[in-house]
Amino acid sequence: MQIMLNGDSLETTDGCTIALLLQQLGISKERVAVELNGDIVPKITYEKQPISDDDKIEIVHFVGGG
Amino acid sequence: MAASADKLIIGGREFTSRLMVGTGKYASFEQTARALEMSGAEIITVAVRRVNLDRSKESLLDYIDLKKYTLLPNTAGCYTADDAVRTCRLAREAGMSDFVKLEVLGDEKTLFPDNEELLKAAKILVAEGFTVLPYCSDDVIVCKKLEDIGCAAVMPLGAPIGSGLGIRNPYNIRIILENVTVPVIVDAGVGSASDAAIAMELGCAGVLMNTAIAGAQDPIAMAEAMKLAVIAGRLSFKAGRIPRKLYANASSPLDGLIG
Repeated sequence: MQIMLNGDSLETTDGCTIALLLQQLGISKERVAVELNGDIVPKITYEKQPISDDDKIEIVHFVGGG
Repeated sequence: MAASADKLIIGGREFTSRLMVGTGKYASFEQTARALEMSGAEIITVAVRRVNLDRSKESLLDYIDLKKYTLLPNTAGCYTADDAVRTCRLAREAGMSDFVKLEVLGDEKTLFPDNEELLKAAKILVAEGFTVLPYCSDDVIVCKKLEDIGCAAVMPLGAPIGSGLGIRNPYNIRIILENVTVPVIVDAGVGSASDAAIAMELGCAGVLMNTAIAGAQDPIAMAEAMKLAVIAGRLSFKAGRIPRKLYANASSPLDGLIG
């Protein structure tokens, strides 16, 4: 299935969850926040939160700024 | 008065340093970490951005001891209340802290705040339990509105972001200081150590800066200069300066002059 991740389309496996997606991307969940179709996904639900075709996902973290 | 007893309290949390620094525009993460260390800052600002999906890229937080610093995520680059609120919610989830530096910008050229959108965003965020530190105009009316909404501090600009022009309107800052009770922190505009000292001598609770340190020829040395300037300015304010007079007043006694 196809999702939009941080503005780019990405092919991912059916039955994927937020936790699996982060794992595939090599991103540690500790220092990121995830938004699914405009809503924040609480960290404790990453394992259970399924991803569907056409979902829009944003993964953000902290960078240098003033 | 010992500087150590003079704590800054924001959102119920106590800080010893009154200098807050940004983490942008440094040549490297190593330099960022060294400048932060030298500045003595306890509160450091960060921006919220999409992760780079190139895994080889290192992250700022790999270089920063999170036990030592309170992260203050900003909403830099947001031009609407909605975008700023969304960014704050993401920041809270990523950082597990309620502290946010709220900025809602009016245009790219001046980076002046859009105070209407700022007030709108502040209201929503305070209601959601955030500790809101808003970057705002040096306008007492806006500052009072932000205080009334429940912001933990107000952060009027000294001059445009990154301009290094110093405190362009010290009288406005004084009026703000006389009319709000939350900490007043000058955010933006500082160019050199004397600018930071002036902000503190006016009676501000703190100073927040990024470019003045990161953009200096030697950011590590400037970080130390800013630390000392903020301490000196605070002590000078607390000590109470002499009144300004037009004519001289001799320091040496007139009695016992030879003659």
